[in-house]
Amino acid sequence: MATIEFRGINKKFGDETIIPEMNLKIDDGEFVALLGPSGCGKSTTLFMLAGIYLPTDGELLFDGARVNEVEARDRNVGIVFQSYALYPHMTVAKNIAFPLRFKKTPEAEINRRVKEAAELVRVGELLERRPEQLSGGQQQRVALARALVKDPALLLLDEPLSNLDATLRLAMRTEIKALQERLKVTTVLVTHDQIEATTMADRIVCMHAGKIEQIGTPDDLYKRPATRFVAEFVGSPPINTFQGAAADGVVELGGARLAISGGANGPVYVGLRPEHLFFADGGIPAKIVQHEPMGREILYVCDTPLGMVRILEAAATASQSIGSETHFGFDSAHSLVFESASENLIGNARVSAIESGS
Amino acid sequence: MGAVKEEAVVRSNVRKAMKARERANMAIFFGPAFLIVSFFFVVPVIVDIAISFTDLGRELRITEITTKNYDRAFTGDRQLPGVIARTVFYVGATLLIFNTTFGLVLALATTAIPKTSGTFFRAVWLLPRMSPSVVYAILWIWSIHGGDTSLVNQILKNLFGSEKPIDLIQLEPMWVIIFANGFIGASFAMIILTSAIRSIPEHLYHAARCDGAGSLAVTWHITLAHLRWPLTYIFIWQTLSLLTSFEYILLITGGGPFRATTVYAIFIFQRAFGSAGQYAYGAALAFFLIVPGVILALLLWRVSKMGTLLQKPRIEVQ
Repeated sequence: MATIEFRGINKKFGDETIIPEMNLKIDDGEFVALLGPSGCGKSTTLFMLAGIYLPTDGELLFDGARVNEVEARDRNVGIVFQSYALYPHMTVAKNIAFPLRFKKTPEAEINRRVKEAAELVRVGELLERRPEQLSGGQQQRVALARALVKDPALLLLDEPLSNLDATLRLAMRTEIKALQERLKVTTVLVTHDQIEATTMADRIVCMHAGKIEQIGTPDDLYKRPATRFVAEFVGSPPINTFQGAAADGVVELGGARLAISGGANGPVYVGLRPEHLFFADGGIPAKIVQHEPMGREILYVCDTPLGMVRILEAAATASQSIGSETHFGFDSAHSLVFESASENLIGNARVSAIESGS
Repeated sequence: MGAVKEEAVVRSNVRKAMKARERANMAIFFGPAFLIVSFFFVVPVIVDIAISFTDLGRELRITEITTKNYDRAFTGDRQLPGVIARTVFYVGATLLIFNTTFGLVLALATTAIPKTSGTFFRAVWLLPRMSPSVVYAILWIWSIHGGDTSLVNQILKNLFGSEKPIDLIQLEPMWVIIFANGFIGASFAMIILTSAIRSIPEHLYHAARCDGAGSLAVTWHITLAHLRWPLTYIFIWQTLSLLTSFEYILLITGGGPFRATTVYAIFIFQRAFGSAGQYAYGAALAFFLIVPGVILALLLWRVSKMGTLLQKPRIEVQ
């Protein structure tokens, strides 16, 4: 168990800066997800925690002690790779036992702990198999057992679910989360999949171009995204954002005039999530271009004076047909307004009812 | 009815054409390999075996069909035990020191350093293999001959102040041919092992580091564990190649001095084409080289899992 702290961490590869400056504290036993698109620096961050990459500048602290120069093998970190990275020439038992060999653990204890770890992730009956004889899900479990067998201070998961099929991913998600809660091991998960992050982590660190955009609970990120990037990255189907110019608390969008509570001036982005838009008799005109049945909901893509807009309707069958012309309104309580230059959320600003259409 | 019959005829013609094409394709694909193996392996082996049961000599006349060449090889040739002992030493030492171990060291070293320097060093080690054998042999002779102008003696004289030139061909002829062949053989292992090392996924190294392995443990548990098959392959392949190695020894030492470097392949050459001109006896000796060759080749087929590499074609050849 450990607390982790990034203090002004900077990472460069040659002249290229991957992480300009990172400050982050992770509590003991916490499950944190690093979420972001590929190339945002989340894996680099994870590998710095593992000791595979060294920070260029700044301080990395485990339980308050600087570990910048501590080698990977001395950090007591368990890691599960995207590819699982099981040793192909070793049996499952030998794979799980591998980290214990270097700790001068007595043979009897190695056997006991390998068994324990294997039982924990339910691969107890596969101990004599080789990785090539295992399914993706089983390999994943073995990789997890290998990471946990040495009682790591920190568990790192690098996109551990991305090679699994959808059903298995769902099951493993629940299992990993339950396991982490039981063992209370500080865990950092790297993922580009928001569902993985929001379902598993206590806190999410949303990253973009090497910078932390927001740190918060899944709920924070969804309901109160700090930046336009977070608003657009978190949420599926993605949020609708419109560019507009605010003057005296009113923003004009495609001929509609929206009032901004709390007031704002200058260029802004207005964000409206698809589920907060609805078809109505009056409001902004819309022509249905496409509809995608998603099971319990239907996603409509509409051509409107504001541009293309996504509307999510909670219904199993479509109420609108393709090509039909209708109007839509929105739930103003859930609207988000971002300052255009900084792309930061303007606190308390909300757009509300359409003042006048033209 | 007529239409149905016509259709059946057309279909049968199409089938016939397909069969013919299949046969033609088989001939095109397998023909060259079949001809090469036949003319350069099967036929010479048959001719060799046939000659070994005759008394063919310098007069190029066969007067009898006989097994006396084999009798002589098993009982009557006093030189043969020495030749076999030298061959075992030569093959073993070159194989273990250079063709596997040194090749492995080169591959490990040149993949551990920055890519450009690694490629440069590998290119340097490929030079002996790329030079014509006569040029390479002459360079060796220039370097080690007994006169005071040789490279070795110049170094000894100018760096260590030694007055007396040494002649390595006289002093250590066996080690001279081991080094000369080893320098060439090492690059074979180097190339194969370099690509094998490169194909090891980087994540395995990262995983091993995080699991607590140090540099030596990583080399042992990850790199060497992955090189087991390529090393076995190199071991067998190079054994075969060293058993028949011939030209550099002939060019540098000629099998001497006093037979000190007369290994099996040289011995066959001397017996068959040397002053003795015993073609038939040479053929019988050569036969003993073919047997381990075939056995090792079959072993190679097994250990390198060549069968699994022969997968079904992805496109259907018609």
